[in-house]
Amino acid sequence: MKFLHLKSPMLVVFFKEVLENIRDRRTMVNALLIGPLLGPLLFIVLISALTDREVQKSEAPLEVSVIGAQYAPNLIESLRQQGLKIKPAVDDPEKKIHDQDEEVILRIPPDFAQSWNKGETAQVEVLHDSSHRDSGTPVERLRRMLEGYAQRNTTMRLVARGLSPSVSTPLIVASRDLSTPQSRGGVIFAMLPYFLIMTLFYGGMYLAIDTTAGERERQSLEPLLVNPVARWKIMAGKLGATFVFAMAALCLSLLTFAFSGKLIPADTLGIQLHLGAYFIALTLLVMAPLALLISALQTTIAAFAKSYREAQTFLSLLMMIPLIPTMMLAVLPVKTQLWMMSVPLLGQHLLIMKLVRGDVVTPNELGLCLGCGLIVALLACLVAALVYRSERLAISA
Amino acid sequence: MIEARDLHKAFGAVKAAEGVSFIARDGEITGLLGPNGAGKTTTLRMLYTLMRPDRGAVLIDGRNVADEAETVRRALGVLPDARGLYKRLTARENIEYFAHLHGLDATTTHARCDALIAALDMQDIAARRTEGFSQGQRVKTAIARALVHDPRNVILDEPTNGLDVMATRTMRGFLKQLRNEGRCVLFSSHIMQEVAALCDRIVVIAHGRVVAEGTPDELRTNTGEANLEDAFVKIIGSEEGLHA
Repeated sequence: MKFLHLKSPMLVVFFKEVLENIRDRRTMVNALLIGPLLGPLLFIVLISALTDREVQKSEAPLEVSVIGAQYAPNLIESLRQQGLKIKPAVDDPEKKIHDQDEEVILRIPPDFAQSWNKGETAQVEVLHDSSHRDSGTPVERLRRMLEGYAQRNTTMRLVARGLSPSVSTPLIVASRDLSTPQSRGGVIFAMLPYFLIMTLFYGGMYLAIDTTAGERERQSLEPLLVNPVARWKIMAGKLGATFVFAMAALCLSLLTFAFSGKLIPADTLGIQLHLGAYFIALTLLVMAPLALLISALQTTIAAFAKSYREAQTFLSLLMMIPLIPTMMLAVLPVKTQLWMMSVPLLGQHLLIMKLVRGDVVTPNELGLCLGCGLIVALLACLVAALVYRSERLAISA
Repeated sequence: MIEARDLHKAFGAVKAAEGVSFIARDGEITGLLGPNGAGKTTTLRMLYTLMRPDRGAVLIDGRNVADEAETVRRALGVLPDARGLYKRLTARENIEYFAHLHGLDATTTHARCDALIAALDMQDIAARRTEGFSQGQRVKTAIARALVHDPRNVILDEPTNGLDVMATRTMRGFLKQLRNEGRCVLFSSHIMQEVAALCDRIVVIAHGRVVAEGTPDELRTNTGEANLEDAFVKIIGSEEGLHA
């Protein structure tokens, strides 16, 4: 083992931990293969499946079962011309909707023709279940066809009576969508920061456990601590190895995203994904303090744990924490404020979302995120060092 | 030289050491003898700076451990009760790791490793990863690792624990060699024969106190027993009698 005969015991510990874990196939596969690769692949499969469905729903011919088609032949003809495929009537339409056999059913009442001919407001019913997310698009499409038919007839009736069609439309709402392709992509990519943060957790977890709880369980911590090296230096070397593995996992994950990003049907969604070198570099920078914070927390917790298994349980629970900002941002549509950048996890989350959307990240935001992240991370390192001073640390059982 | 002065250590209500004092001299093998749970490991842990005594002081070569822990550790070779190796490193790498932590340069590390590997007769296992080592091979590696910095004082906690007859013989030979090099050797044991076969001086410990101290002959004379084992039983037994 060539430790390059390093002067600093911190580096001696660091390189030994890295070497030992590189030789451990399980750690390598888990931390540097499954973690960084599984996330992006899972993500892409999910996104692709989701977008495929959306695209299919809005472009595939719409088939709707119609009850009472015979009462409104003109309406049916118009719907047919708009591309609707009319299916024969079904029995017990309410049950069919409830059982999800049909997404949407159109019901025309027997008195439709009578009302229509008298010039009264005729009614049709669109049956659907709004609690099924799936039904949204077809219902919307059917409604637009029906409204188109109604609008045309309004115009015709007004013209027939010698009135201008604008009489019935005093106000027209023109909505202009100002979202850019990037910002639309960002909505889909709100999950991306979560995947990246999880990679950090996963990348360092095995080392944090192996170098602390694992080392104690294997009875090698006591001899190690008898060496003439301050305990905080030993801790720093181990923490450094954990940090480097976490960052390596993140790096691999980002590269996977960059390469596989092309598999996402971005064009069909009319979005652009910014996963280039600029994104990778800035994300690594933004995530570095967070990686240090997570490594320090993992080391501290693993040092407290009585055994390898206990450490695994504790650290798995720790992985729940990054869910908080993700859930929060998914549920509450908060406007990004500058102070949010100073909150670890939340700050990184928001900044990465901005980067994917192609928004400009201001120096203020970046500085605050990095500065506060670093301060909190160093505090966590201090706590880890204090835990290492504890007399009971070395003694197993 | 290792000196324990009135060492006290309690874990909650359990008093592991209640005033342990003795001296282990250079060029001698001192045996710390006592039944299981007598406080041997706790005493040794205080001696090799892993634990801080509640009261009392430890002096290694005249230096107080409380003031100069790192300097003291350089003069100390320790085989603790916990002697786990890094199983994904070879035996030699395990030894080198500790050499580097002691700050030894490349030439010294190489020379010391070669010397220890030869002295402990472990040339055949030096380049193998330690996973799957026998108990004897593990102890040899752990001892080489503990002595890589050529310390004047050597502390070993139950060094022959779990070793077979042959390995025990090798170990005894090695301890004698360390003594003949002028080092101060202190080891703990609960096995009578071992202490009798090896030690120049014996410190008998029970219930966290030193209950007897001297050469094997002195212990026999003082108790009036011809056999060291009987002497030991008498010392421990009478002490228990006093407490009852």
